[in-house]
Amino acid sequence: MIKRQSLRVAYGDALVELGRKNERLVVLDADLAHATMTNTFAAEFPDRFFNFGIAEANMVCAAAGFAHAGLLPFFSTFALFGAGRGYEMIRNSISYIQLNVKFGLSHSGLSVGEDGGSHQSFEDISLMRGLPGMTIFVPCDPYETRKAVFAAAEINGPVYIRVGRPIVDTITAPDTPFIPGKANVMREGEDVCIMATGLMISYALAAAEQLAAQNIRAAVVNFHTIKPIDAECVLNMANRCGGVVTVEEHSIIGGLGSAVAEVMAGNTGAKLRRIGIQDKFGKSGKPQDLFNEYGLTSDNIVYECMELCSAHERR
Amino acid sequence: MNTEVLTEKARHIRGDIVKMLYTAQSGHPGGSLSCVEILLSLYYRVANVDAQNPKMENRDRIVLSKGHACPALYAVLADKGYFPRSDLWRLRQIDSHLQGHPDNTKTPGVDVNTGSLGQGMSVAMGIAIAARHQKAQYRVFTIIGDGETQEGLIWEAAMAAAHYKLDNFTVILDYNGLQIDGSNDEVMGIRDIVKKFEAFGFECYKVDGHDVDAITEVLQKPVVGRPKFVCCLTAKGRGVSFMEDKFGWHGKAPAEIEYLDAMKELGIDIND
Repeated sequence: MIKRQSLRVAYGDALVELGRKNERLVVLDADLAHATMTNTFAAEFPDRFFNFGIAEANMVCAAAGFAHAGLLPFFSTFALFGAGRGYEMIRNSISYIQLNVKFGLSHSGLSVGEDGGSHQSFEDISLMRGLPGMTIFVPCDPYETRKAVFAAAEINGPVYIRVGRPIVDTITAPDTPFIPGKANVMREGEDVCIMATGLMISYALAAAEQLAAQNIRAAVVNFHTIKPIDAECVLNMANRCGGVVTVEEHSIIGGLGSAVAEVMAGNTGAKLRRIGIQDKFGKSGKPQDLFNEYGLTSDNIVYECMELCSAHERR
Repeated sequence: MNTEVLTEKARHIRGDIVKMLYTAQSGHPGGSLSCVEILLSLYYRVANVDAQNPKMENRDRIVLSKGHACPALYAVLADKGYFPRSDLWRLRQIDSHLQGHPDNTKTPGVDVNTGSLGQGMSVAMGIAIAARHQKAQYRVFTIIGDGETQEGLIWEAAMAAAHYKLDNFTVILDYNGLQIDGSNDEVMGIRDIVKKFEAFGFECYKVDGHDVDAITEVLQKPVVGRPKFVCCLTAKGRGVSFMEDKFGWHGKAPAEIEYLDAMKELGIDIND
C-alpha cells in the first residue's frame, strides 16, 4: 500500500513493471532521466533506454521512427519541453498518422515551484487537446499513474500522460476502476459539482468536506481523462447539480475547464465556473505559496461553489 | 538495371512529374525534377524493396524528408508498380491517395509521412536506431533538401545518428542550391555542407546527382560504425530548360503553354 509518493516515481516504477511484460517497450529521455525517474527503467533495461541529449524535437521524431519500426516508445521529459517545444513534431510526425507513441511528461503545472515561470507548463493540455485522436490522462495519485501507463500501452495511438513533481497522498485504491474516457465520481452530491483533475482532486475533496459543514452537498468527479472527455458524466452531473466548478493545475484556456464548457454549451442550463491559472504565466516560489497566490486552494473552491449555490437560490 | 534503361526512365518520370503538376495546377516542380536520378538509383538499384509487398518486413526504408518533392516519388512508385500510373493524374485532388505531401497511411510504398521539413530525416534516424535494436538487416535512406538543412532538427538528428554509430543510415542531399525565396546563399547560407556533416561524424561523399552510376556506386559502398552522407550536386528543375536553376519554379504549376513546351522538350507525347 503506497501512502505518499511523487507521480514521477510512480511513472518510473510503472514503466519498469510494464517493461518486464512487454519487451517492445522502449523509453526515450532528453537528459532528464534522473528527474523524470526513467532512470529506474534505464537501470533495469539499459539496452531499451535511449538518451537523446538536450534535443527534444529530435527525440519526438526518433520516437516516431521507433513506432514506425514496431516498437512501443514511451517519451519522457518535462511537459514544457515535450508538449511545448515538441508540439509541431508531435502533430506532424505522430498525431497526424496516429502513431503509437506514448508521452509521459512530468514537471507540469505550477507545482514545479522554484524553477519558475519558464519551466511551469500551463498550456500543455491545451496543445495536446487540439490534436485529433490524442488521448490525455492526468492522474491524481500513484495508483492512477500506474493505471494510466498500463492503459496507455493498451491504446493503439498517441497518448499524453501528464504528471507533476510533488509528493502527494494516495487518494484512490489499487482496485479503483480506471477506464479511459470515463470519469470517476468520488463523492456524491446534489447542490454543486466539483469537476477536478490531477493534483487538484485532493483539494476538491477537502473543499467538499468544508462545504458539507455548511450543509452544501458537493459532488466531486475525477476527470483522469481530459480527452476524450466524459460528456455523458458532465451533462448528468451538471443537470443534477445545476452548477459546476472545474479545478485544474493548468490554464483555464484549453484544459479541463474548456473541455467541460464545450460539452455544456447549448446542452444544459447549468452554470459553470472555472478554477485554474487565469491566463497568466507562473513565477518562482514554494509550490504551496504559489497555489495560494494563484487561487488553487480548497478555500477558493468553496468560495466558487457557494457563489454558484447562492446564485442558484436567488433564481 | 542498365544505365541506358534508367536514363530513359528518368525522361519518362520527368514527363509524369510535369503532367501531374499541370493536371493538379499545384505542387513543386523544381525540387521534384532535381531528385529523379536519386530516387531511380535507390528504387531500381540500391534498395531492397518489393512493389508487390510494400510492407515487406525487411525492406529498406526510403524517407523523402523533402516531402514537397513527392511528385517525383509518386511517379517512381507508380512506375515500380505500387499503384496504377493513372492515379498520378489525381495528385492533390480531394479523393486521391496522393496527398500534397507524402502520407504513409494513404499511399502504398510511402514509408514515412513527411512535408514539415527536418522531421523526415529525424524519423528516419529513429527507424535506423530501432532497426539495429531489433537486429533487423534493413537500411534506412533519407533524402533531404539543401534549404532543409537550415532546420535545427537536421543537426539534432545528425548528432544522434553519429552518436548511435548508425552505419545502416544514409542521408542523401539533393543539393540544387535554390529554395523558395532565392539561392541558399541569399536566403541563409549553408556554407560547406559536406564539411559540416563530416564534423558531425558522417562518412561523406560528393557526386553528380544526375549520374545514376555515380549515385549508385557511393550508395552501395559499405560503411562501418558511422552514418553516410551523400551530397548530390543537382539542378533544380532539371530537364525542362525554362525551369532549370530558377527558384521561381519551386512551387508553381506550369500553365498550358509551359506544359506543352516542357513535354515537347522532354520528348514525351502528352497522351502517353
